Amino acid sequence: MTETEQYNFAYLDEQTKRMIRRTLLKALAIPGYQVPFASREMPMPYGWGTGGVQVTAAVLTPADSLKVIDQGADDTTNAVSIRKFFEKTAGVATTTRTGEASVIQTRHRIPEAPLGEGQILVYQVPIPEPLRFLEPRETETRKMHALEEYGLMHVKLYEDIARHGEIATAYAYPVRVEGRYVMDPSPIPKFDNPKMEMAAIQLFGAGREQRIYALPPYSRVVSLDFEDHPFEATKADHPCALCGAEGSYLDEVIVDDAGGRMFVCSDTDFCAGRRAAGHVGKEGGA
Amino acid sequence: MYVAVKGGERAIDNAHAWLAEERRGDPSVAELSVAQIREQLALAVNRVMAEGSLYDPDLAALAIKQARGDLIEAIFLIRAYRTTLPRLGASEPVDTGAMACDRRISATFKDAPGGQVLGPTFDYTHRLLDFMLAAGAEIAEAPQAEPRTAPMPRITDFLDRDGLIQPEAPSDEVPPDLTRAPLDFPANRALRLQSLARGDEGFVLGMAYSTQRGYGRNHPFVGELRVGCVAVEMEIPELGFAVEIGEVVLTECETVNQFAGSKTEPPQFTRGYGLAFGHSERKAISMALVDRALRWEELGEDDMGAPAQDAEFVLSHADNIQASGFLEHIKLPHYVDFQSELELVRRIRAEAAEAGTREAAE
Repeated sequence: MTETEQYNFAYLDEQTKRMIRRTLLKALAIPGYQVPFASREMPMPYGWGTGGVQVTAAVLTPADSLKVIDQGADDTTNAVSIRKFFEKTAGVATTTRTGEASVIQTRHRIPEAPLGEGQILVYQVPIPEPLRFLEPRETETRKMHALEEYGLMHVKLYEDIARHGEIATAYAYPVRVEGRYVMDPSPIPKFDNPKMEMAAIQLFGAGREQRIYALPPYSRVVSLDFEDHPFEATKADHPCALCGAEGSYLDEVIVDDAGGRMFVCSDTDFCAGRRAAGHVGKEGGA
Repeated sequence: MYVAVKGGERAIDNAHAWLAEERRGDPSVAELSVAQIREQLALAVNRVMAEGSLYDPDLAALAIKQARGDLIEAIFLIRAYRTTLPRLGASEPVDTGAMACDRRISATFKDAPGGQVLGPTFDYTHRLLDFMLAAGAEIAEAPQAEPRTAPMPRITDFLDRDGLIQPEAPSDEVPPDLTRAPLDFPANRALRLQSLARGDEGFVLGMAYSTQRGYGRNHPFVGELRVGCVAVEMEIPELGFAVEIGEVVLTECETVNQFAGSKTEPPQFTRGYGLAFGHSERKAISMALVDRALRWEELGEDDMGAPAQDAEFVLSHADNIQASGFLEHIKLPHYVDFQSELELVRRIRAEAAEAGTREAAE
């Protein structure tokens, strides 16, 4: 018996998958609203992507091609571990190519290449509640969402500007969905926020916090800001040292004892694709 | 040329191989068997069963072996296994009044029907390291008495009979199950008790201790603590009656707490309740104290603002699998987030420095 045969397809039993799919449908019907779901205990720790894994397990079909990234890269340890989990338990094809994947599970990034209709982007979410660090009680924050009471968030952003001259949130930058719910985009850098208005379905799974939320294709997703302090998607002011890309999000890598640094694309597939097409950055030569 | 770090997959495989070697330890020392752990580290096995929410001493012992003795890791293994098990049905409520007790003590009455039975307890041992144990000395056989046949009714039933303690109304309501439905507040008592029963022993102990030190004090006495075997019965639909399907060892604690009375209620004692798989006294007593603290609202007491009175706080943070997973996830790469913070801090610093120079020039 192979390992794939020891488990139900994609690990979860069919009842649980059905429960999650119902939650997903509700989440898609109310974009940005956090739907409680009976999250299961998975064979990987809470905080390591159990929400995303459950969502992926519920949407995968045998014909799917799965890509898993963490920090934009396919070869980071936890991405490797989650990809292996689905290779083992679902036996689906896996890929590192953004364009070839039908389901992409991600932690902390949105791929650089635009996603198309027919693709699903699954986010791993640590704290789904955008108001959590302003109000620790779930009973209170649910009320605030119900009443569309988002004044506290605007006060926080305003205080940032008063103190620092700009909004001091660099990742997990709050967005408003379809003019209604304020939503946590998961800890993606705010550079990625504008990409959230996309053709693909976006599903967000928070396992430990037992919440699922979603964005249907082409949903209006607006990063919170003020007229005189408009939202700005920022990145390190360098081109990629390997592929020369000017508009991609960059990781800063320390390369020597003297504090020498270089900047490279965080999206490894994007970078490899550009290099294969002949683009060469400052340090990308042979 | 710079080459980005690759090979996560091989690194993971190698790490697992190394872990297996470390787990085994020095191969010249005999390997522990699962049966040895089950028999000789029984209290660790009990904790893993209690917080893993699965009564199976063999699996718990295996988990402890696999986890190299890390009990939270072992609990995690049991929980992950448990979620894959099909649910065949629910048992009848167990009758702890009919428990075959190994131990039964009351701190509120010097003697009561059934008597005080110390059982196998550390309570009055002097905590002196026993070097004879290291030397592998034979142990003397424990003296045996005639088996007790007299029933051992619950202590609180005596108080209940006189109306001195707040009564617990029996209910046929199906209790909620936080492993099958998302946690929601307000949480009723059954749900709170389920959460506490699965909760981390250290966390529940700390919460209970905080009530004793004045953060939501509720003056508890151990009305009764009993440890022993109870029958588990289940109604089989084809038969139409309940049959015994097994036995479990439980620890049950009922506390008797002072209550001054309120405008509507005459003074009477109130209760806290703790129940845990296996012989797990510290857990059961802690649970009873926290249960009692969480009952402030239904008993018409004041909210002192104490952490142990706050159901949302206690229930959201009691689970050590949730807590340790989220805590340890900060070991995972966060360099995308860190990078964005780095840029923000650099930019704000540059702007501040620029403003400083401008002011100096003016």
